[in-house]
Amino acid sequence: MGRYVIRRLLQMIPVFIGTTFLIFFMVYALGDPVTAMFGDRAPDPATAAQIRRDLNLDKPLWQQYVLYMGNIFTGDFGQAFNGQPVLDLMRSAWPITVRLALLAVLFEMIIGVTLGVISGLRRGRAVDTGVLFATLVVISIPTFVTGYVLQYLLGVKWGWVTPAVSSGAPWDELILPAVVLALVSLAYTTRLTRTSVAENARADYVRTAVAKGLPRRRITVRHLLRNSLIPVVTFLGIDIGNLMGGAIVTERIFNIQGVGYQLWQGVLRQNAPTVVGFVTVLVIVYLLANLVVDVLYAVLDPRIRYA
Amino acid sequence: MRRATRASWTACVVCAALAATGCGSDSGDGGGSSGGGGGTVSAQWGDPQNPLEPANTNEVQGGKVLKLITRGLVIYDPKTAEPKNMLAESIKSDDQKNWTVKVKKGFRFSNGEPVDAKSFVDAWNYAANIKNRQVNSSFFKYIEGYDKVHPTAEGSEPSAQKLSGLKVVNNRTFTVKLSQKFAIWPDTLGYPAFAPLPQAFFDDHAAWLDKPIGNGPYKIDSYAKGTSMKLVKDDKYTGDDKAQNDGIELKVYTDQNTAYTDLQAGNLDVSDELPAGQLANAESDLGDRFINQKAGIIQTLAYPLYDDAWSGADKADLRRGISMAIDREQITKQIYNDTRVPAKDWTSPVIGEKGGFDDTICGDLCTYDPKKAKKLIDGAGGLPGGKLTISSNVDTGSHREWMDAVCNSINKALGKENACVVNPIGTFADFRTQVVDRSFKGPFRSGWQMDYPLIENFLAPTYYTGASSNDGEYSNKKFDDLVDQANAADDTAAAVEKYKEAERLLAKDVPSIPLWYQNGIAGHSDRVTDVFLDPFSVPYYPDIKVK
Repeated sequence: MGRYVIRRLLQMIPVFIGTTFLIFFMVYALGDPVTAMFGDRAPDPATAAQIRRDLNLDKPLWQQYVLYMGNIFTGDFGQAFNGQPVLDLMRSAWPITVRLALLAVLFEMIIGVTLGVISGLRRGRAVDTGVLFATLVVISIPTFVTGYVLQYLLGVKWGWVTPAVSSGAPWDELILPAVVLALVSLAYTTRLTRTSVAENARADYVRTAVAKGLPRRRITVRHLLRNSLIPVVTFLGIDIGNLMGGAIVTERIFNIQGVGYQLWQGVLRQNAPTVVGFVTVLVIVYLLANLVVDVLYAVLDPRIRYA
Repeated sequence: MRRATRASWTACVVCAALAATGCGSDSGDGGGSSGGGGGTVSAQWGDPQNPLEPANTNEVQGGKVLKLITRGLVIYDPKTAEPKNMLAESIKSDDQKNWTVKVKKGFRFSNGEPVDAKSFVDAWNYAANIKNRQVNSSFFKYIEGYDKVHPTAEGSEPSAQKLSGLKVVNNRTFTVKLSQKFAIWPDTLGYPAFAPLPQAFFDDHAAWLDKPIGNGPYKIDSYAKGTSMKLVKDDKYTGDDKAQNDGIELKVYTDQNTAYTDLQAGNLDVSDELPAGQLANAESDLGDRFINQKAGIIQTLAYPLYDDAWSGADKADLRRGISMAIDREQITKQIYNDTRVPAKDWTSPVIGEKGGFDDTICGDLCTYDPKKAKKLIDGAGGLPGGKLTISSNVDTGSHREWMDAVCNSINKALGKENACVVNPIGTFADFRTQVVDRSFKGPFRSGWQMDYPLIENFLAPTYYTGASSNDGEYSNKKFDDLVDQANAADDTAAAVEKYKEAERLLAKDVPSIPLWYQNGIAGHSDRVTDVFLDPFSVPYYPDIKVK
């Protein structure tokens, strides 16, 4: 197991270099960021040249990339154009987005899996049909619609919550955004769990367990659920990355100044250091989440072993 | 053994989750408070694009802060836009070239340093020096010695560190020598780039950027970069435009819709960027808390006169015809709900008739007349290549919508289906790069938000030969001469007359089509009163009163 993890970690290095280069290249391809700094006025060439020199924008692409990567390994992620170190931006943005994603994943796990197990065990009954219908509705409504509607109803109409999250983004204010963020994935989790549970409920080992006279609770949790969770775990693992990078819509609706906000701002201003820095960390999160998923397989199913 | 490890692992995840939620209920009540208690006004904000140095801020969001924490020699009346002396006791000259500035006594920076002649001279020297790469450095180009501290050739080093035209005479007096006559120079000094800077700015620059120190009615209490800034009233401020509230909390909103929702829910007091989609409802939602006020912004379509297909006197009828094919009344009503006003000249009503606004200058050219338009265009040989492409960035300002409408209007006038098409550009940065590279082959959007409320600012930077925002490369010797004469005039009134004469040439040459004047839009909560916008469409915060 240990060797397997090390091998996977080593494999991450080329993936990491490849993705960062691609991102760097794409941001670079967006064009020259310096002209926009001057607004509707044409930049005077001397000042623009000075800015380009200071930001290394006058060098060829590969050289910029090498310089950038060199700085990253010394812990320097560069500066956004308004003079804020990207590291500072990360320090303020990541905890907020991690909190939001954690809450969302918790909702998915607790509510999604529970609903899935219930409807899976009551296959074809009213509960099952009801859940199926509900998930269909949730999946078919885009996130920004649920976001704006819930924000208006709960925030403005009934006044239960504040519509926008304050700058510190405390846990309780993040509950509504997390629900909105989790809804679609939650529906998928429910459906995956349901299918898996419904299938396994008729498997031989469950019949054996019932024949042995094991209590119903133990059969469901220890035998049935554990075997049914593998596809769900795969989905959740990948979803963590999605929730962090893809929270951009939710973060905008609720004015959460997290990763999505910084990325959006960075792209609009063609601010390469911000975009590459944040996406680099996102890439690492994805890679690690995938590794954790693979390791969890072995935990859930003893037949799977890594050498 | 393996089993045990696994069990403890799961237990760990659970306890982490519990700890997390537990922590949430503790810290929760702190953040939930609405727009600050007591007499603090919460206001919508956006992350400033550049560091908050006065000469490095050229957009509204950074400008909001500078207007709160700095005061310059001159200030523009927030209601009438008229320039009047603020920190200056007098700004005098006999020849419109050598100026003597006397600074009023008793003004201080919020850290206690006095504001004196040196504060201005140091700040201006810093702003002009190319080493400090300030985006507004060109505002100092009329001061003698600018070419030495700011050489124009790429990569060249400055041959002097200070502007030779600036001299401190005594504590409260300094002289300014300009490189050319400029009659209205004192009136331009209300632009925030001319603000004084304390010694602290030069002693510890990084600390100053973290928490800028100014000499305005407010001082910065705390600044969380990218999210919010809290400003408190400076009790020691001696100016007569003292703050009527205890402070301002600027909150960054990424989405205008969210800010609007927050405004409706009462969590935000002042919003100055209502989403375009809500304009139709805003008046009924907010009632008299909705503000629609004229501002110093004009939107035009500039012709690419660097392209032979568009330039020259023989194409003037073509340029005129397209302008007359645009139904401005309909578009401003349908798309902008009367928050834009059809343009009648190349300036803005906000500068007033005394300042040079004249709604007769554009005349027929800005009047919708599809029949005459078609005749003019056909007479000039039709559209170049039979096609017309209009370009603009579409990330803000409902630009996509009006471009579609303008094209519809032109197509209808010409009686052709796809004569006019739009070329939407995703980001402002990309759009500006293409403008500067002169890559557009058809008319492109050219918006102008005034820096100071003077007719000069609407004409010289945009239509003078080789000027910094003359993106269509319009060039008319007569126009340049008239602007030069205006700059050398004996007083402001004479200068304005000359500028207007120059502007009349634009109506003849049609280097761009005036589309509409953009109004300032804002809304406020019922917790505050006396909210209005200054001529730059920024809320005038010091006068806002909290109930």
